Amino acid sequence: MHQEHSAEEVQKHVRTYLVVFVMLLALTFVTVAISRLHLGVFQSIVLALIIACIKGSLVALFFMHLISEKKLIYGALALTVAFFIGLMFLPVGQMITAVAL
Amino acid sequence: MSALEIPYVYTPREDTGLTNAKLGIWLFLASEVMLFGALFSTYIVLRVGAPVWPRGASILNVPLATLNTVILISSSVTMVMAWAELARGQFKRHKLYLALTILLSFGFLIVKYVEYSTKFHHHLFPSKSTFLAIYFTLTGLHGLHVLGGIVVNTYFLGPGAKMWKTEPQRFMGRIEVAGLYWHFVDLVWIFLFPVLYLL
Repeated sequence: MHQEHSAEEVQKHVRTYLVVFVMLLALTFVTVAISRLHLGVFQSIVLALIIACIKGSLVALFFMHLISEKKLIYGALALTVAFFIGLMFLPVGQMITAVAL
Repeated sequence: MSALEIPYVYTPREDTGLTNAKLGIWLFLASEVMLFGALFSTYIVLRVGAPVWPRGASILNVPLATLNTVILISSSVTMVMAWAELARGQFKRHKLYLALTILLSFGFLIVKYVEYSTKFHHHLFPSKSTFLAIYFTLTGLHGLHVLGGIVVNTYFLGPGAKMWKTEPQRFMGRIEVAGLYWHFVDLVWIFLFPVLYLL
């Protein structure tokens, strides 16, 4: 897939990397600034996780080139995401059961 | 082709459209997502179940962790640049970026060492509280991943670099795969930082 890369093509990639870099730095400082506002626990968690998800997506899409990847990898990752979400909700399910008891 | 030659090291397989290494690393990273996922899930259970949970900032050093976030993000950029320079055939520049990546990785570990030793100095051990237990477990496992990345990247900077002369496409594939792993390590930290330090 990466056998032939024209100079302009790589140059375009490099520009994207730099833009993503600046965005990641900016979002890091935003997330620290928000944490210093001492918002409520719920708002803090939601905001921090939203920013982390944006940063994570930037890394995955551009540095890991997921923006243009093969179908099989998307398939494998979709499966991973489904299981990951399951894993995150496992404690919630457990808590509901605990409350019901 | 000799009988011992490994197929699809740089030509993609017709059915998957991928080289075996690329598919392999993504499947490995999927398993890594579940490894860290299990620990994040543990964190939720512990936090929700605890009568009180400290704000990370009251125990941990946020400025140092912010510095480490900047270091790790920068190392992701130098890693992807190391790959981009290979793509345009600039081997020397590739080596420079790869060396920078390794240097930044050591920088991350040094900052982490300072953080850990300050904690230990104040007798803040994993056994002290549930928060510290999950903090050391998560950051310790992440730190081991950083160490793993250093080993791999150092190999490609040193003896592994010989492959560029004999099989450049294969070497480029290796750097891409090493890069995917490294970006994943960065990605995990992007979530660890707010979860442990800011919330």
